[in-house]
Amino acid sequence: MSLSFENLEELIELVNHVHGFDLNGYSRASLKRRISRILDLYRLDFRGLKHNLINTSGFFYRFLGEITVNVTEMFRDPLFYVALREEVFPYLATFPHIKIWSAGCSTGEEVYSLAILLKKQNLYDRSFIYGTDINSKVLETAKQGIFDLGKMKVYSDNYLQTGCDDSFSDYYTAGYGAAAIHHDLRKNILFSIHNLVSDGVFNEFQLITCRNVLIYFDTALQERVFNLLYESLALFGFLGLGSKETLRSEHLRERFRLINKKQNIYQKIA
Amino acid sequence: MACSAGGFNVLFNMLKVFPGGLPIAIVVIVHRNARYETNIEESIMTKSHITVKVAEEKEPIRRATAYFAPAGYHLLIEPDHTFSLDISEPVNFCRPSIDVTLQSAADVYGPAIAAALLSGANQDGAQGMCAVQRAGGLCIVQDPREAAVKTMPEAAIGLGAADLILTNEELITFSRQLDTYI
Repeated sequence: MSLSFENLEELIELVNHVHGFDLNGYSRASLKRRISRILDLYRLDFRGLKHNLINTSGFFYRFLGEITVNVTEMFRDPLFYVALREEVFPYLATFPHIKIWSAGCSTGEEVYSLAILLKKQNLYDRSFIYGTDINSKVLETAKQGIFDLGKMKVYSDNYLQTGCDDSFSDYYTAGYGAAAIHHDLRKNILFSIHNLVSDGVFNEFQLITCRNVLIYFDTALQERVFNLLYESLALFGFLGLGSKETLRSEHLRERFRLINKKQNIYQKIA
Repeated sequence: MACSAGGFNVLFNMLKVFPGGLPIAIVVIVHRNARYETNIEESIMTKSHITVKVAEEKEPIRRATAYFAPAGYHLLIEPDHTFSLDISEPVNFCRPSIDVTLQSAADVYGPAIAAALLSGANQDGAQGMCAVQRAGGLCIVQDPREAAVKTMPEAAIGLGAADLILTNEELITFSRQLDTYI
């Protein structure tokens, strides 16, 4: 089923009105694609979709689960993790407690990757990682810490590329086609709901990773979220973005120092 | 313009002959591995009359410029004529997917698009060409007999989504004279 841009605006209005959920700052082309996918998936037309959004209890949460992109990997972009280990962790090591926020963490692969990296550097015991997302369903998966064993080959390959010499399989237990992340890696992690569009600062962090989330927002919302991330960082804390994301706002650029251009890592300096 | 396996040389030759000051924007989708750095944009830029660069997210689309989809992302076009990137599931095992970009371009530009699909080893692009055709755009497919790998052009032709089937020589002539067709 196809959906016009006019239909899309009507849906954004409806979702805001009926569910109090603001999709206004989302990039239209991506959102249109995701919603067209829902129409196909549920075999609905535009009227049917509106009907379900208004009248079918629980439908909105499935809708929300489908419009957010939940594609992630452990140690995705291995060089990002190399940059963290070599250029960020030496700073983090000087803090008595290290608080980290993975914003838009989806099913948690990045959070567990950070946990492994911290453990390797003997920093995990004084670290705490918050993983947040707007989608409660993916957070359930994240909390379980159990992943498809079939994916571990790619993750293991990513891990090797971070230059770590030990075996990735030391960090999980395999069985029944699944890989369960070891319990000692889960103890300093909290997964919880947070909406970057409508929720505010909830703690102060030494490192925030928010990768491939902002690409789904328009420039006005991007700027608002950048402000939120800035406010959530301790002075001299670090911000890791997706490799194609840009900190555009002049007044924020002045408050950050670029640590690694290719891996898009910034440090708050003012 | 889109290609996969075996299409790059023709694509390169087309980009080289586009006239300077071209009053349209070119969007290029090439399947490539996100893991390895390539600098094809810069190397083409030195031999071309138009600007050649990687599309950046939320970048306004300008004429006389060829934008390459970054490896590892789908490239979408917003109604305000800027680019968006998307890192959702691969389509036809591809990210960037040709289908995704063509569909999105058809949504925004409608009949004001011409799409050229070249050599490639899978069916990505065929559905996108249909979308361009439905929107009233012009669909050009490389003659499968001259394509290094004919799967991709044949898939589009099989769906009836080829308004013009051009030989390599015709593709180059078309590109060289592109400003006269607009």
